[in-house]
Amino acid sequence: MNYYELLEQDIRYTDGLTACMSCGICTSVCPAAEFTDYEPRKLMIRIQKRNADELERLLKSDYIWNCGQCMSCKTRCPRGNTPGMVIQALRRVAQITGLFVHSEKGRQQLMVKKSIGENLLSMGFCVHPDRLHPETHPEQGPVWEWVYENRKEVYERLGANIYHEGAGAVRDIDAQSMEELRSIFRETGGDLFMQKIEYDTTE
Amino acid sequence: MEKISKAGTWKSYQESIPDDHFYYVRSCIRQTFFPGSEATLLRILKQELGKDVLDDPRHTSCSGIGYHSDIVPLPTIMTVVARQFALMSETGYKNLLVSCVTSFGIYNEILHMWEHHPETLEQTRDFLWKATRREFEIPQHVVHTSDIVHRFRKEILSRAKYGLVQKAGEKSLRIAEHVGCHYAKIFPDKGVGGAEFPRVLTDMIECWGGEVVDYPERRHCCGFGFRQYIIRENRGYSVANTSKKLESLAPFKPDLIVANCPGCAMFMDKWQYTIGEMEGRTYGPEGRGIPVLTYEELAGLVLGYDPWDLGLQMHQVDMEPILKKMSYDYSPDQKYLSAEGKYLGKPVVPDYCCL
Repeated sequence: MNYYELLEQDIRYTDGLTACMSCGICTSVCPAAEFTDYEPRKLMIRIQKRNADELERLLKSDYIWNCGQCMSCKTRCPRGNTPGMVIQALRRVAQITGLFVHSEKGRQQLMVKKSIGENLLSMGFCVHPDRLHPETHPEQGPVWEWVYENRKEVYERLGANIYHEGAGAVRDIDAQSMEELRSIFRETGGDLFMQKIEYDTTE
Repeated sequence: MEKISKAGTWKSYQESIPDDHFYYVRSCIRQTFFPGSEATLLRILKQELGKDVLDDPRHTSCSGIGYHSDIVPLPTIMTVVARQFALMSETGYKNLLVSCVTSFGIYNEILHMWEHHPETLEQTRDFLWKATRREFEIPQHVVHTSDIVHRFRKEILSRAKYGLVQKAGEKSLRIAEHVGCHYAKIFPDKGVGGAEFPRVLTDMIECWGGEVVDYPERRHCCGFGFRQYIIRENRGYSVANTSKKLESLAPFKPDLIVANCPGCAMFMDKWQYTIGEMEGRTYGPEGRGIPVLTYEELAGLVLGYDPWDLGLQMHQVDMEPILKKMSYDYSPDQKYLSAEGKYLGKPVVPDYCCL
């Protein structure tokens, strides 16, 4: 299969890559290039070849999962390209085709689905104090541990509305709003997309 | 051939920042790590400045963290954003006030896509109607909360109880700033000062008496990286990038750091502890860390608010040295109390840095 047809359905690909002259300014500002085996310049070279086998190797690789989506590349590219958006399109194709399971970093998407995805669909937020347990977030340090253990009192002290409906920080979102959010995920394919991540990584 | 310059394209954005009637959308990260900052922003806008701000409990996350970590498809986030716009339209507001830098980038990106790919706007309207029976109008303005604090910085100064100075104006506090990638790197024309020389924080610092500290990696990413932090095995990416920034700014000996983005503020605070534990490397005077504040906390200090109402007790790097440096009138005994005055105990003191 020629996966370029799937890539070209994504406006982040068609907007993100017009013609790269390989100047490398994206790589020079890229935080991922500094600390991982990733260079946006090389990514653009590989994509521009329009070699279907090369694209398939890329979709099965760890390479596309190293970008941190800071989008510094967008500001700098003298040709108006955005490697960070091309990465988004590649990751989408890797997941809808199931090719992401060939890569260790690709399979990590299950953990993202189980944390951020399930937070979104159960609480309406990507992040919530209840979901940041100090055991899984030791890097947060002892003050966060204190906050977590005393979260009801600490958040109330700071004017938040924890564990209650109504306006305010970290509030419980009302049932109708949550149902509307879940309905959006069902209607737009967001639900199926996440279910497929779980199915492909666990089957 | 006419030379087209990008410099100054942000000026029309700055001029268009509205001064009243805001529909406020909260931030998943700011409300979790800096709930006092969101409360302080509303206190300043509503109580100090008399502005009309609607804090609608029905809005949800924009789902931007899920989008940038590639589990939320583009049509889905477009429709989640459209629902926020629908709620705003139904309540009669036209100015979206965004508490999060990631969300600010998301809203601007989606509006840009809808403009340049109108078929996606029509598809989103269809999805939203089928999912919620709601319709929406495009906002007249999308502004980040720091843009509003920037706009009202002189009004805040006119009510100031403290300047950003050491002991009664002897010397300005030296302040390093970090703007956050998604504020203006995606759309340099949507952010005060653009991507090259963002003015949003520096104008606040200078207006309130501080001195801005330049440092080589000022525009480098904090290292959040979405999936690079969310997934525990990848967190080396995140801490390495924050370390790069801290190593770059440490020789300039800033008194504090102020950040535009809640994620950046959290990482630059918490990773100082982690780096200390990992490598024994510490920053700031006597290795106690460099305090990292949000701009709402900075404004709150200028206005003389109780630091424990601002939420400074939630920071890993202890804030009391900077309060003492400012000769700030505060009560250390109130730091670990609940709203009812119940003592909640103290955090454990780590071996390296902070507290």
